[in-house]
Amino acid sequence: MNSLITQIPLNHYIFLSFAIFTIGIIGVLTRRNAIVVFMSIELMLNSVNLLLTAFSAYKSDPNAQVFVFFIMAVAAAEVAIGLAIIVLIYRNTRSIDINVLNKLKW
Amino acid sequence: MLSISQGLFYFLSFISVLFALMVILAKNPVHSVIYLIVTFFCISGHYFMLNAQFLGIVNIIVYAGAIMVLFLFVIMFLNLNHETEPKTPILAKIAGAICGGMLLLLVVAIFNDTQLIYAQNPNNQIGLIKNLGLVLFKDYLFPFEIVSILFLAAMVGAVLLAKKDDKTKQSDII
Repeated sequence: MNSLITQIPLNHYIFLSFAIFTIGIIGVLTRRNAIVVFMSIELMLNSVNLLLTAFSAYKSDPNAQVFVFFIMAVAAAEVAIGLAIIVLIYRNTRSIDINVLNKLKW
Repeated sequence: MLSISQGLFYFLSFISVLFALMVILAKNPVHSVIYLIVTFFCISGHYFMLNAQFLGIVNIIVYAGAIMVLFLFVIMFLNLNHETEPKTPILAKIAGAICGGMLLLLVVAIFNDTQLIYAQNPNNQIGLIKNLGLVLFKDYLFPFEIVSILFLAAMVGAVLLAKKDDKTKQSDII
Protein backbone atom coordinates (compact mmCIF):
# COMPACT_ATOMS: atom_id res chain seq x y z
CA MET A 1 0.00 0.00 0.00
CA ASN A 2 2.86 2.38 -0.65
CA SER A 3 0.72 3.89 -3.37
CA LEU A 4 -1.85 5.10 -0.82
CA ILE A 5 0.73 6.98 1.17
CA THR A 6 2.00 8.83 -1.87
CA GLN A 7 -1.53 9.51 -3.10
CA ILE A 8 -3.08 10.96 0.03
CA PRO A 9 -1.36 13.80 1.87
CA LEU A 10 -0.90 13.40 5.59
CA ASN A 11 -2.89 16.62 6.06
CA HIS A 12 -6.05 14.80 5.06
CA TYR A 13 -5.61 12.32 7.89
CA ILE A 14 -5.18 15.25 10.28
CA PHE A 15 -8.41 16.83 9.00
CA LEU A 16 -10.32 13.55 9.26
CA SER A 17 -9.08 12.82 12.78
CA PHE A 18 -9.76 16.33 13.93
CA ALA A 19 -13.26 16.28 12.44
CA ILE A 20 -14.07 13.15 14.46
CA PHE A 21 -12.36 14.63 17.54
CA THR A 22 -14.45 17.81 17.22
CA ILE A 23 -17.63 15.78 16.90
CA GLY A 24 -16.63 14.05 20.15
CA ILE A 25 -16.07 17.43 21.83
CA ILE A 26 -19.46 18.71 20.66
CA GLY A 27 -21.06 15.52 21.96
CA VAL A 28 -19.49 15.98 25.39
CA LEU A 29 -20.56 19.64 25.48
CA THR A 30 -24.16 19.23 24.31
CA ARG A 31 -25.42 15.84 25.43
CA ARG A 32 -26.68 15.26 28.97
CA ASN A 33 -27.01 11.49 28.86
CA ALA A 34 -23.94 10.15 30.70
CA ILE A 35 -23.64 7.13 28.41
CA VAL A 36 -23.69 9.25 25.24
CA VAL A 37 -21.05 11.52 26.79
CA PHE A 38 -18.99 8.41 27.39
CA MET A 39 -19.45 7.32 23.77
CA SER A 40 -18.24 10.74 22.63
CA ILE A 41 -15.09 10.21 24.67
CA GLU A 42 -14.60 6.89 22.86
CA LEU A 43 -14.92 8.76 19.55
CA MET A 44 -12.18 11.16 20.62
CA LEU A 45 -9.90 8.30 21.68
CA ASN A 46 -10.43 6.59 18.33
CA SER A 47 -9.66 9.69 16.33
CA VAL A 48 -6.38 10.10 18.20
CA ASN A 49 -5.58 6.43 17.56
CA LEU A 50 -6.21 6.93 13.85
CA LEU A 51 -3.92 9.96 13.75
CA LEU A 52 -1.13 8.12 15.61
CA THR A 53 -1.41 5.22 13.17
CA ALA A 54 -1.32 7.55 10.17
CA PHE A 55 1.81 9.28 11.47
CA SER A 56 3.40 5.92 12.21
CA ALA A 57 2.70 4.68 8.68
CA TYR A 58 4.01 7.86 7.06
CA LYS A 59 7.11 7.95 9.27
CA SER A 60 7.76 4.17 9.19
CA ASP A 61 7.93 4.12 12.97
CA PRO A 62 6.32 1.12 14.69
CA ASN A 63 6.46 2.70 18.18
CA ALA A 64 3.32 4.74 17.53
CA GLN A 65 1.34 1.60 16.70
CA VAL A 66 2.46 0.02 19.96
CA PHE A 67 1.21 3.15 21.71
CA VAL A 68 -2.15 2.80 19.95
CA PHE A 69 -2.29 -0.74 21.29
CA PHE A 70 -1.71 0.54 24.83
CA ILE A 71 -4.32 3.28 24.37
CA MET A 72 -6.84 0.61 23.39
CA ALA A 73 -5.96 -1.42 26.49
CA VAL A 74 -6.35 1.60 28.78
CA ALA A 75 -9.63 2.52 27.02
CA ALA A 76 -11.02 -0.96 27.69
CA ALA A 77 -10.19 -0.65 31.40
CA GLU A 78 -11.61 2.88 31.47
CA VAL A 79 -14.89 1.75 29.90
CA ALA A 80 -15.32 -1.05 32.44
CA ILE A 81 -14.80 1.32 35.39
CA GLY A 82 -16.82 4.14 33.84
CA LEU A 83 -19.85 2.02 33.10
CA ALA A 84 -19.69 0.57 36.63
CA ILE A 85 -19.75 4.14 37.97
CA ILE A 86 -22.71 5.00 35.69
CA VAL A 87 -24.63 1.97 36.96
CA LEU A 88 -23.86 3.07 40.52
CA ILE A 89 -25.08 6.63 39.78
CA TYR A 90 -28.27 5.24 38.27
CA ARG A 91 -28.90 3.16 41.36
CA ASN A 92 -28.55 6.18 43.62
CA THR A 93 -30.30 8.88 41.57
CA ARG A 94 -32.59 6.83 39.27
CA SER A 95 -31.32 8.94 36.38
CA ILE A 96 -28.27 9.22 34.13
CA ASP A 97 -28.70 12.95 33.53
CA ILE A 98 -25.30 14.49 34.24
CA ASN A 99 -26.95 17.68 35.51
CA VAL A 100 -28.06 15.71 38.57
CA LEU A 101 -24.39 15.30 39.46
CA ASN A 102 -23.71 18.89 40.49
CA LYS A 103 -22.81 18.22 44.11
CA LEU A 104 -19.14 18.97 43.47
CA LYS A 105 -19.95 22.37 42.01
CA TRP A 106 -19.89 24.30 45.27
CA MET B 1 -9.48 11.52 -11.51
CA LEU B 2 -9.39 9.64 -8.23
CA SER B 3 -7.65 6.31 -8.02
CA ILE B 4 -9.27 3.35 -6.25
CA SER B 5 -7.44 3.79 -2.96
CA GLN B 6 -8.07 7.53 -2.96
CA GLY B 7 -11.75 6.96 -3.63
CA LEU B 8 -11.86 4.37 -0.84
CA PHE B 9 -10.16 6.79 1.55
CA TYR B 10 -12.63 9.59 0.90
CA PHE B 11 -15.60 7.22 0.98
CA LEU B 12 -14.52 5.73 4.35
CA SER B 13 -13.81 9.22 5.70
CA PHE B 14 -17.24 10.43 4.67
CA ILE B 15 -18.99 7.42 6.23
CA SER B 16 -17.02 7.67 9.48
CA VAL B 17 -17.68 11.41 9.90
CA LEU B 18 -21.36 10.98 8.97
CA PHE B 19 -21.93 8.19 11.48
CA ALA B 20 -19.90 10.00 14.15
CA LEU B 21 -22.30 12.93 13.70
CA MET B 22 -25.26 10.58 13.96
CA VAL B 23 -23.86 9.20 17.25
CA ILE B 24 -24.28 12.57 18.92
CA LEU B 25 -27.49 13.49 17.08
CA ALA B 26 -29.45 10.28 17.71
CA LYS B 27 -32.15 10.55 20.36
CA ASN B 28 -32.10 6.89 21.32
CA PRO B 29 -28.87 5.71 23.06
CA VAL B 30 -29.19 2.26 21.44
CA HIS B 31 -29.07 3.89 18.01
CA SER B 32 -26.01 5.85 19.12
CA VAL B 33 -24.25 2.59 19.94
CA ILE B 34 -25.11 1.09 16.55
CA TYR B 35 -23.80 4.18 14.73
CA LEU B 36 -20.66 4.12 16.87
CA ILE B 37 -20.02 0.51 15.80
CA VAL B 38 -20.26 1.58 12.14
CA THR B 39 -17.77 4.39 12.84
CA PHE B 40 -15.37 1.93 14.46
CA PHE B 41 -15.58 -0.40 11.46
CA CYS B 42 -14.76 2.53 9.16
CA ILE B 43 -11.77 3.43 11.34
CA SER B 44 -10.67 -0.21 11.13
CA GLY B 45 -10.92 0.13 7.35
CA HIS B 46 -8.57 3.12 7.57
CA TYR B 47 -6.13 1.01 9.58
CA PHE B 48 -6.20 -1.70 6.92
CA MET B 49 -5.59 0.91 4.23
CA LEU B 50 -2.57 2.17 6.17
CA ASN B 51 -1.33 -1.45 6.22
CA ALA B 52 -1.72 -1.66 10.00
CA GLN B 53 -3.49 -5.00 9.96
CA PHE B 54 -2.81 -5.78 13.61
CA LEU B 55 -4.42 -2.56 14.81
CA GLY B 56 -7.35 -3.01 12.44
CA ILE B 57 -8.12 -6.45 13.81
CA VAL B 58 -7.56 -5.41 17.44
CA ASN B 59 -9.83 -2.40 16.87
CA ILE B 60 -12.65 -4.65 15.66
CA ILE B 61 -12.17 -7.17 18.46
CA VAL B 62 -11.72 -4.73 21.34
CA TYR B 63 -13.92 -1.78 20.35
CA ALA B 64 -16.65 -3.18 18.11
CA GLY B 65 -16.64 -6.53 19.89
CA ALA B 66 -16.07 -5.97 23.59
CA ILE B 67 -16.58 -2.30 24.48
CA MET B 68 -19.72 -1.78 22.42
CA VAL B 69 -21.29 -4.96 23.81
CA LEU B 70 -20.60 -3.56 27.28
CA PHE B 71 -22.30 -0.29 26.31
CA LEU B 72 -25.32 -2.09 24.87
CA PHE B 73 -25.52 -4.27 27.97
CA VAL B 74 -25.57 -1.27 30.31
CA ILE B 75 -28.12 0.60 28.16
CA MET B 76 -30.47 -2.37 28.15
CA PHE B 77 -29.78 -3.04 31.83
CA LEU B 78 -30.84 0.51 32.72
CA ASN B 79 -33.71 0.34 30.20
CA LEU B 80 -32.87 3.62 28.46
CA ASN B 81 -34.77 4.86 25.43
CA HIS B 82 -35.70 8.19 23.94
CA GLU B 83 -38.38 8.82 26.58
CA THR B 84 -35.82 8.82 29.39
CA GLU B 85 -33.44 10.97 27.34
CA PRO B 86 -32.63 14.25 29.12
CA LYS B 87 -33.29 17.32 26.97
CA THR B 88 -30.58 19.92 26.38
CA PRO B 89 -31.57 23.57 26.02
CA ILE B 90 -31.24 24.77 22.41
CA LEU B 91 -28.89 27.57 23.48
CA ALA B 92 -26.45 25.07 25.00
CA LYS B 93 -26.55 23.02 21.78
CA ILE B 94 -25.73 26.07 19.65
CA ALA B 95 -22.97 27.16 22.04
CA GLY B 96 -21.41 23.68 21.99
CA ALA B 97 -21.56 23.47 18.20
CA ILE B 98 -19.97 26.91 17.86
CA CYS B 99 -17.16 26.03 20.28
CA GLY B 100 -16.37 22.79 18.46
CA GLY B 101 -16.68 24.39 15.04
CA MET B 102 -14.25 27.17 15.96
CA LEU B 103 -11.74 24.58 17.16
CA LEU B 104 -12.09 22.62 13.92
CA LEU B 105 -11.74 25.79 11.87
CA LEU B 106 -8.57 26.74 13.75
CA VAL B 107 -6.88 23.40 13.17
CA VAL B 108 -7.92 23.23 9.51
CA ALA B 109 -6.58 26.74 8.98
CA ILE B 110 -3.29 25.84 10.66
CA PHE B 111 -2.67 22.58 8.82
CA ASN B 112 -3.92 23.76 5.44
CA ASP B 113 -0.71 25.67 4.81
CA THR B 114 1.64 23.38 6.71
CA GLN B 115 3.98 21.20 4.74
CA LEU B 116 4.49 18.05 6.79
CA ILE B 117 7.75 16.19 6.35
CA TYR B 118 7.67 12.44 6.16
CA ALA B 119 9.70 9.58 4.74
CA GLN B 120 9.69 9.45 0.97
CA ASN B 121 9.75 5.67 0.77
CA PRO B 122 8.01 4.47 3.91
CA ASN B 123 8.46 0.87 4.96
CA ASN B 124 5.00 -0.63 4.56
CA GLN B 125 5.75 -3.73 6.65
CA ILE B 126 5.76 -2.09 10.08
CA GLY B 127 2.09 -2.68 10.84
CA LEU B 128 2.29 -6.43 10.39
CA ILE B 129 1.84 -8.61 13.45
CA LYS B 130 5.38 -10.02 13.31
CA ASN B 131 7.10 -6.63 13.30
CA LEU B 132 4.82 -5.12 15.94
CA GLY B 133 5.29 -8.19 18.13
CA LEU B 134 9.06 -7.80 17.94
CA VAL B 135 8.80 -4.17 19.07
CA LEU B 136 6.16 -4.91 21.70
CA PHE B 137 8.04 -7.74 23.39
CA LYS B 138 11.50 -6.20 23.04
CA ASP B 139 11.17 -2.51 23.79
CA TYR B 140 7.81 -2.39 25.54
CA LEU B 141 7.85 -5.59 27.58
CA PHE B 142 7.61 -3.83 30.95
CA PRO B 143 4.66 -1.56 29.98
CA PHE B 144 2.97 -4.63 28.51
CA GLU B 145 3.17 -6.41 31.87
CA ILE B 146 2.01 -3.27 33.70
CA VAL B 147 -1.09 -3.21 31.47
CA SER B 148 -2.02 -6.66 32.74
CA ILE B 149 -1.89 -5.33 36.31
CA LEU B 150 -4.04 -2.37 35.20
CA PHE B 151 -6.59 -4.79 33.77
CA LEU B 152 -6.66 -6.79 36.99
CA ALA B 153 -7.19 -3.60 38.99
CA ALA B 154 -9.92 -2.44 36.59
CA MET B 155 -11.69 -5.79 36.82
CA VAL B 156 -11.61 -5.82 40.62
CA GLY B 157 -12.70 -2.17 40.72
CA ALA B 158 -15.61 -2.67 38.34
CA VAL B 159 -16.90 -5.66 40.28
CA LEU B 160 -16.49 -3.83 43.58
CA LEU B 161 -18.27 -0.70 42.30
CA ALA B 162 -21.21 -2.41 40.66
CA LYS B 163 -21.70 -5.02 43.38
CA LYS B 164 -24.86 -4.78 45.41
CA ASP B 165 -24.18 -3.32 48.81
CA ASP B 166 -25.44 -5.64 51.54
CA LYS B 167 -26.31 -2.74 53.84
CA THR B 168 -28.65 -0.95 51.42
CA LYS B 169 -32.32 -1.78 51.54
CA GLN B 170 -33.69 -4.22 49.02
CA SER B 171 -36.02 -1.52 47.65
CA ASP B 172 -33.10 0.71 46.71
CA ILE B 173 -31.65 -1.91 44.43
CA ILE B 174 -32.70 -2.30 40.83
